[in-house]
Amino acid sequence: MRSFRRTPTPEGSTDGSRADLRDVLALAAALGVVGASFGALAAAAGIPLPIVAGMSLIVFAGGSQFLVVAVVAAGGGVLAAVVGGLLLNARHIPFGLAMAPVVADRSPGRVLGAHVLIDEAVAFSRARGTGPRARRAFWACGISFFMLWNVGTIVGAVAGAAVPDPNSFGIDSAFPAALLALLLPGLRAADARRVGLGAAAVALVATPFLPPGLPVLAGLAGLALAGGAPVTKSAPGTKVAS
Amino acid sequence: MTWTAVLVLGVGTYLMRLSGLLLRGRVEVPERVQRLLDLGATALLVALAATAALTEGGGFTGWARPAGVAVGALSALLKVPFVLVVLLAAGTTAGLRLLGIP
Repeated sequence: MRSFRRTPTPEGSTDGSRADLRDVLALAAALGVVGASFGALAAAAGIPLPIVAGMSLIVFAGGSQFLVVAVVAAGGGVLAAVVGGLLLNARHIPFGLAMAPVVADRSPGRVLGAHVLIDEAVAFSRARGTGPRARRAFWACGISFFMLWNVGTIVGAVAGAAVPDPNSFGIDSAFPAALLALLLPGLRAADARRVGLGAAAVALVATPFLPPGLPVLAGLAGLALAGGAPVTKSAPGTKVAS
Repeated sequence: MTWTAVLVLGVGTYLMRLSGLLLRGRVEVPERVQRLLDLGATALLVALAATAALTEGGGFTGWARPAGVAVGALSALLKVPFVLVVLLAAGTTAGLRLLGIP
């Protein structure tokens, strides 16, 4: 983040990459803790260990996994849980459209990268622009988040009730704070700031009325405030891929 | 919870992720659309951060979390290192909860 602002640091330097890796691993550790709490919750809901572990491997989308387990634990139908989870994950379609040039140049890389395209990886690599450093950041995030999430899930499912509530460590504020910290440099551009504020306002107003996932998608309405393209293209966070 | 449910959710989620990534490769995207796609990702991420910071189960989450996020955002503005931003946010929230603020 700071090295991103310090323009003398070249995009591909080891210095920047090492700082990136440290930040990625910090987020990965936090994801591991949340994974453990997911495993513990799922086990407490009576879901067998292989299915809990399989869900983290195959779905790998924390929000929808928590949602599905919550619905099942509350006695809701599995179909409703799955539809709700898919709705929650629909935001990955526009994420994919925006992230394609960063993930890989060709299809094989994109086929692999698709599975690890999660919010935190998107935010993290976007804060590194659109060049090789952003691509390295995306894959470092994808691989380490995937590993820690799955290890955390199994640890949590096995340890069960011994896992303390991660909210008592404030983990629930760590993720929105991390997202904001990653988004701030890009939000210095006036058009991004207008769109972001509009998106947040729409999503917050919609939250009491819409099922999970839709308020965030409704945030796309913030694009109405995009206006015309800015005259200068100096803002690094909003630089477009070639 | 069955394997069928896990597979439907997993495959569906994967296909949504993949569709965006592959579609971008097939269609020539004009610069104006590229800009909107990038701003769209920003919109989604800011909306995600805002709802995660303030809401829980369709209502207000209580003060501990937004206070922690605010401390984190402020320290990010002051260019505090990323790892510390995350720790300050979590620490503030955890501290407030210790004091009995939900």
